[in-house]
Amino acid sequence: MKYESQKVARLYFIAALGLFVGQILFGLIMGLQYVVGDFLFPAIPFNVARMVHTNLLIVWLLFGFMGAAYFLIPEESETELWSPKLAIVLFWVFLVAGVLTILGYLLVPYARLAEMTGNDILPTMGREFLEQPLLTKIGIVIVALGFVFNVGMTVLRGRKTVISTILMIGLIGLAVMFLFSFYNPENLVRDKFYWWWVVHLWVEGVWELILGSLLAFVLIKVTGVDREVIEKWLYMIVAMALITGILGTGHHYFWIGAPEYWQWLGSVFSAMEPIPFFMMTLFAFNMVNKRRREHPNKAAILWAMGTGVMAFLGAGVWGFLHTLAPINYYTHGTQLTAAHGHMAFYGAYAMVVMCIISYAMPLMRGRIANSNKAQVAEMWGFWLMTVSMVFITLFLTAAGVVQVWLQRYTDTPMPFMLVQDKMAIFFWMREVAGVFFLGGLGVYLWSFFIGTDADAARDNAKVLAKVSTKVREESTQETARA
Amino acid sequence: MWIFIIAELSVFALLFLLFSYLRSSDSVTFLAGQQTLHPQAGLINTVALLTSSACVAQAVNAVRQNKSAAFGWLLLSIPVGCIYIVVKLWEYQQLVRQGFDLDTNHFYTGYFLLTGFHLLHVVLGIVILGFMSVRLWRGCYLPSQISGLESGACYWHMVDLVWVILFPLIYVIH
Repeated sequence: MKYESQKVARLYFIAALGLFVGQILFGLIMGLQYVVGDFLFPAIPFNVARMVHTNLLIVWLLFGFMGAAYFLIPEESETELWSPKLAIVLFWVFLVAGVLTILGYLLVPYARLAEMTGNDILPTMGREFLEQPLLTKIGIVIVALGFVFNVGMTVLRGRKTVISTILMIGLIGLAVMFLFSFYNPENLVRDKFYWWWVVHLWVEGVWELILGSLLAFVLIKVTGVDREVIEKWLYMIVAMALITGILGTGHHYFWIGAPEYWQWLGSVFSAMEPIPFFMMTLFAFNMVNKRRREHPNKAAILWAMGTGVMAFLGAGVWGFLHTLAPINYYTHGTQLTAAHGHMAFYGAYAMVVMCIISYAMPLMRGRIANSNKAQVAEMWGFWLMTVSMVFITLFLTAAGVVQVWLQRYTDTPMPFMLVQDKMAIFFWMREVAGVFFLGGLGVYLWSFFIGTDADAARDNAKVLAKVSTKVREESTQETARA
Repeated sequence: MWIFIIAELSVFALLFLLFSYLRSSDSVTFLAGQQTLHPQAGLINTVALLTSSACVAQAVNAVRQNKSAAFGWLLLSIPVGCIYIVVKLWEYQQLVRQGFDLDTNHFYTGYFLLTGFHLLHVVLGIVILGFMSVRLWRGCYLPSQISGLESGACYWHMVDLVWVILFPLIYVIH
């Protein structure tokens, strides 16, 4: 870590991981409610648990992205952050607003919450993922603007790199696209039409820019590959992400009342959406293979490669499964969507945030990397969470196939709730995989508390010494040959 | 640049396949739609794009041989390319006046999407040609330093390659 002000990222990362735990707990609650319908009723009804589960996901990822930007931007710009104080103030504003909103969901009936927070002045509530009360939405805009201003000023007064420029475009895009959450037309089709401008253009548009730039930053640091090479990859990935992703929005416009030509646009462009993710996988593996230094932080390298692979599988392959209009005719809104959503969010966004945390957190604690023991625990966390997520996805996919088969792709469709009963076995298995995921998260968090600074310093010195001996041996051999 | 061109061509290839598949399933509508088009205009456009592309090829050759004719050739390719845009817009105007649009039926959805995308590529191509002309005028391209010019030329050739497939597919083949 080169600049003192990068340390504000630590607050953001800690909050992100705390909210991540909350998200998983509520995931387990609602996972159980799929099979034990009245579990925790009426204290936490299914719709509330679901709202908390998805909203916490978005909020913790936003904390993660902001933390990442506060860490990355000063280092790339080679200057201190414009105002660390503003970053800290905005952190508390965002955290308090976020926690109050979640408490509002849990303690007050949703309709009452809407009344209390001025939803009648400008109705914005009641839409999936954008359930936040008006006040929270305004708070999010203020925090986002303050944040973009703070990192923007830092970029403007320092060195401008491709990575920081692309990250800034992503972050500004994130703030701008959120504004569509304030536009809520009465017509349900038009409502959904613009709703996707937030949801889709976030996760399959501007967030991919953030993902690409964070990955590129970590890869430069841990592999020592030339910046020019990394930047070329980043340009190609970002170009492909935008070319396919923007018009790919069309794959949400099938069968909801939007004009038919969206079936063409959506199918063709989103069929290409796996390409940027595949390029990210190639990118991560290529750079690690071409590495010019042995960085002691092996865990961060594992996260970097892992996010490439899992993003490709979750977003790319599982997205492609049901993105073509004739297939989507049968699969629209089934458990296949849930399967895709779980692996894509984990693989692309949860993992890249944990990747940058894995790289940055030891540095902010004054170490190059954590001790061996801590890294081994972290890698256990990685594998437990990742493998559990693969199983969650597979079980949900199986549930989705059963659902399509019995309820959609048949001459004698069964009623919705009967089909849900037939899928119960897969929901149970998903819940078990979810418990393992929580275990993995526990191991991951525990890894932060293993090993002292002295252990870390000793282990890091060993890796670095081994490298320098190797380099010396190689150069002696070369001299001998000469 | 080649990766970009492959990606572009695959998008068009997917659209061509979709168009052909839909035509095989509903040939009556497609035949009726085809008869409302203007093949003469399409022919003019084919000639315009190929000529413009030939001018660019001449320009690249001239730069390679360090001849001063390069700038003239490159500059000439721009108005020739613009003929395409004008003719295409006239065609759209004719069709819209007759009451056909993106939503009329599968044929017109395909027609407007395919040619519309292609038109956007032509517009971008003209911008690139203009940019390259300015760079050439300032003497930025040398026989040894020509990869930027070649990339732009490849893009422009790709645009007319796509049209050469698109034209018979939509206008001519019954």
